[in-house]
Amino acid sequence: MSPRLEPRGEPSRLLTWLSPVIAVAATLVAGAVLFALLGFDPARALWLFFITPVSTVYGLTELGVKATPLCLIAVGLALGFRANVWNIGAEGQLTLGAVAAGGLALAFWGDGGFWLLPLMVIGGAVGGMVWGAIPALLRTRFNANEILVSLMLTYVATLILSYLVHGPWKDPDGFAFPESRMFEDSARLPDLVPGSRLHIGALFALAAVAGAWVLIGRTLVGFELKVVGTAPQAARYAGFSHNRMIWLTFLITGALAGIAGMAEVSGPIGLLQPQISPGYGFTAIIVAFLGRLHPGGILLASLLLALSYLGGEAVQIGMGLPLAATGVFQGMLLFFLLASDILITHRVRLGRRPAAAPAAPRAAAPEAGE
Amino acid sequence: MTDAASTDNPGTRSGQAGRAGPPRLALAGITKRFPGTLANDSVDLDLAAGEIHALLGENGAGKSTLVKIVYGILEADAGSLRWEGAPVTVASPADARRLGIGMVFQHFSLFEAFTVAENIALGLESGESVAAITPRILEVSERYGLALHPDRPVHTLSVGERQRVEIVRCLLQDPKLLIMDEPTSVLTPQEATRLFETLRRLAEEGRTILYISHKLEEIRALCSRATVMRGGRVVAVCDPRRETAHGLAEMMIGRELRIPEHKAPPETGAARLEVRGLSVEPDHALGTPVRDASLAVHAGEIVGIAGVAGNGQAELLAALSGEARAPDAGMILIDGTPVGRSGPERRRALGLCYVPEERLGHGAVPTMTLAENAILGAARREGLARHGFLRLDRARDFAGAVIDRFRVVARGPDAQARSLSGGNLQRFIVGREVAQRPSLLLCAAPTWGVDAGAAAAIHRALIELANDGVAILVVSQDLDELFALADRIAVLFDGRLSEACPLAETDLERIGLLMGGADPDAAREALHVGEAPAGARP
Amino acid sequence: MIGVDTLTAILVSMIVAATPLIYAGIGELVVEKSGVLNLGVEGMMLVGAVAGFAVAATTGSAFLAIPVAMMAGAAMALVFGVLTLTLLANQVATGLALTIFGIGLSSLIGKGYVGTPLDRLPRLDLPVLSDIPLIGPVLFGHDALVYLSVATVAAVGWFLSRTRPGLVLRAIGDNHDAAHAIGYPVIAVRYAAVAFGGAMSGLGGAYLSLAYSPMWAENMSAGRGWIALALVVFATWRPGRLLAGAYLFGGVTIAQLHVQGAGIAVPAQVMSMLPYLATIVVLVIISRDAARIRLNAPACLGKVFQADA
Repeated sequence: MSPRLEPRGEPSRLLTWLSPVIAVAATLVAGAVLFALLGFDPARALWLFFITPVSTVYGLTELGVKATPLCLIAVGLALGFRANVWNIGAEGQLTLGAVAAGGLALAFWGDGGFWLLPLMVIGGAVGGMVWGAIPALLRTRFNANEILVSLMLTYVATLILSYLVHGPWKDPDGFAFPESRMFEDSARLPDLVPGSRLHIGALFALAAVAGAWVLIGRTLVGFELKVVGTAPQAARYAGFSHNRMIWLTFLITGALAGIAGMAEVSGPIGLLQPQISPGYGFTAIIVAFLGRLHPGGILLASLLLALSYLGGEAVQIGMGLPLAATGVFQGMLLFFLLASDILITHRVRLGRRPAAAPAAPRAAAPEAGE
Repeated sequence: MTDAASTDNPGTRSGQAGRAGPPRLALAGITKRFPGTLANDSVDLDLAAGEIHALLGENGAGKSTLVKIVYGILEADAGSLRWEGAPVTVASPADARRLGIGMVFQHFSLFEAFTVAENIALGLESGESVAAITPRILEVSERYGLALHPDRPVHTLSVGERQRVEIVRCLLQDPKLLIMDEPTSVLTPQEATRLFETLRRLAEEGRTILYISHKLEEIRALCSRATVMRGGRVVAVCDPRRETAHGLAEMMIGRELRIPEHKAPPETGAARLEVRGLSVEPDHALGTPVRDASLAVHAGEIVGIAGVAGNGQAELLAALSGEARAPDAGMILIDGTPVGRSGPERRRALGLCYVPEERLGHGAVPTMTLAENAILGAARREGLARHGFLRLDRARDFAGAVIDRFRVVARGPDAQARSLSGGNLQRFIVGREVAQRPSLLLCAAPTWGVDAGAAAAIHRALIELANDGVAILVVSQDLDELFALADRIAVLFDGRLSEACPLAETDLERIGLLMGGADPDAAREALHVGEAPAGARP
Repeated sequence: MIGVDTLTAILVSMIVAATPLIYAGIGELVVEKSGVLNLGVEGMMLVGAVAGFAVAATTGSAFLAIPVAMMAGAAMALVFGVLTLTLLANQVATGLALTIFGIGLSSLIGKGYVGTPLDRLPRLDLPVLSDIPLIGPVLFGHDALVYLSVATVAAVGWFLSRTRPGLVLRAIGDNHDAAHAIGYPVIAVRYAAVAFGGAMSGLGGAYLSLAYSPMWAENMSAGRGWIALALVVFATWRPGRLLAGAYLFGGVTIAQLHVQGAGIAVPAQVMSMLPYLATIVVLVIISRDAARIRLNAPACLGKVFQADA
């Protein structure tokens, strides 16, 4: 009586949305085992990881702070993944957006005005788009693998930022620290909740969710993305261009990641420093998958993954666990999600023989491979 | 085809009457269920030594499932196999080969990037090295008239040559039972005749051949016994030489056959499609370039393009549909407008609709609903999108109308394309294109792999469309289909398109020779040596 | 002019820098030849690096550390195998998950080892030969893993082109449906290839933490796993070219050190970008000829195989 997988006739819509729930549950169990193996009380550790961070209003606002960049980036990535365009370099696009926006903040330091923030948003978007345009260009013109190019550019972006804050943009009064000077108030995003770090960047994320929702469900472009991603030959048949989708998704993701980078430096951080993102660009990949590549799902998933950052910090402070526990949780979550996704297209059966399923009308049955 | 009476092979048809020993292979009560369908329902089958036994049935009748069970690819849910009298289980193709069963697949399981000898070595259990196997390949290919070069990469071979690789691979294992799955579907008539000679020689040696086909004439010519399947069951066992083709067809289809009436010769209208000296480079290394093709299709006529797959059909279709661009705009004209450099959308606007060969993944997105698939092909002409926004209600209405009008069996506009049977999805795709009222319709293998009912409905729809003054171009490997539909037929061979010939002025043999790359006039002249110098034709 | 000593130093460090790339690259080459794309090389390298380091630091034995690192890499690869081969998950997404997981797991395990000193792997000095100027140190003055890396590439080359199992593995990568129809165990062969790839990545990672710079630091592979993936494309799936490519990249990697050593005023960050930029340039040059890539790439690369299909 060993379990077997048997294909379903049509994929299950229910399990499409249930699969992330199964994955989260499995991650909790595996996490408890992991904590126990490391010699910690699993119940306390899980409580500390998942409940404590959101048990205060401040904690909830922090959740929003972390979810904002994740959500912005994941919305863009999901558009690309739908079209089988693998932008893995959102971290780099975020960094370049931060560099561009931060550069503007520093350039107009001392004579900023109401116009500076909108300018920084545009600058961040453009910075991210430029960084996204490189893999798009190399892919469409020279067939170079966009996964590897966008990823290599992430390392380059980090080094550019590092050079700037160690060199030309270093705060002249900052002693030995590799940091720029603090942005002045006109270059800082206003807070959404007084006394918290939650800034109006969160509204950008909500706007992105709404926009992408319309794009995916109601527009021809959204339709094209899906066709290009699932059936390239059918896309050619309909006259949809794969290259156009590569450009489109890289530019959109680049812009959103750039805005996320702008919001980080202009919001919670307030200056340029060598590291401005704890891997949001990579975690957003998990957010996109967990959210089923759908903006609504992504919004929820970004909150959950934001919690994994807060939980990682909480167990670090509360139990002395390394911050890296966050990455382990995130990786496990994606593993379990990918594993439980098999249930969308297959059902698990026990024993050798398939149960006598009521035969569908013959006319609706697939031809048996002839 | 060849004469049926000459298949007598002394002493080899003992299976039917003499029955000296147990049958070589006996199947009893084989049952196989797939989700939603019963592919084999308690099937019995006896195969005698030395006979060529036909397994006859329509697409979807369960033939392929049955032989996959015999060859160990699928496992039966119920039933038993006896090999030379002894009960056996065939759990894998390796088991089958150990018993002495060889199989030549319809779609060749060859490795494109590998040489002939490497491919054959891969198919042999013995684990012999490529070097050791080469002389044996040459020996077998000589003995059975299957010419092959062991060192050639498979991707450079023609379809007929590939089939020879498969056959030689099987023969090197000295099989007692050779299963041939629709072997002539990809061959020219002349190649098929050569294959039959090889098969007869093998049967004379006492080997059993299980010959799967739905082509009645060749079964009558080749086989001494036939098992007919329909809807997963055996419905008849007979001697095909004593039956008429019509009688066999009725057993296979299970109702009175209605031969589709051929439409009246067209009132030739203006040229809707003109192709002038079109050359297309293939988009991948294994493709065939089209060279200097010229053709005109007029309003109200159906022009057929025959040819064995892989002779430039894919490239020609891509260029005509707009999926690939021609080198020059003037090489393709729709109603006089040069469109060679335009994409599919512009061509659709000018009246071109297209039914591609592959249903799933080309003509339809398998995981999308029928309504979404309506948008795929008809967004432009039916206004299913406006200002960049989809009009989903209209798409559902349009899909629903196509389902009703073309009697597509489906749950409705929200059914996924892949949940439909091949025949029903093809009805939907043809319906989607026809319902857009094209002025020019391009069809690739419109009835490939669909059941007879759907095929007849599709043929009727095309003929009606032509009668309404639409210009239709049909590209197909199926000569029966082309002879039933077309007013004129051209042949594509090695990327070169012959002149389109009115049906009355040509015949199967002539088309067959062109499909094989021979010049029919030269071939005819060779029969009358010295009558006229080559090239000086009327 | 650079002196013989400088040249010797450059060549020696180039070979050392190339070695982890060779291991990770040759492993991934075999995986891809079987038709599987595992983008998790970076994660497997890191886990191998930390596992090897932990064992070496605790037991002091490199002989124990190296097999453990290989097993750790293979174990990671098997997670990938279960997801993509048995549960039919998307290979790109699963590979990314493997990298994210590997980065986290290695940091978690390695937390206690940051700053722990370790002896470098011993060099196998060959008497007389190692004393020849230039040639001696460059060819005969390395640790055992350097020689083993070259031997591994040769063995893989021989295996793929000259042996029957190699032929079967390539056939499965070329057309898994045909291979299945003949009766070859597609899934089993792919599991084996994936595990081998993981073991090699683990070994490459261990070389980093045991020999290249004997220490543990978070994320110490710094993108080498991704560069190894690019190398496989650069090599158009041929072992010999992979070796050449790895030495080329090794050269680029250490060029920055020597340029800085020579006192040329280029910001350190700009020099550090070189390997990444070089990877991009090389990818562009190789990929321009799409037809060539398509002819050389295993035809089933990255495609999901379902036996019942």
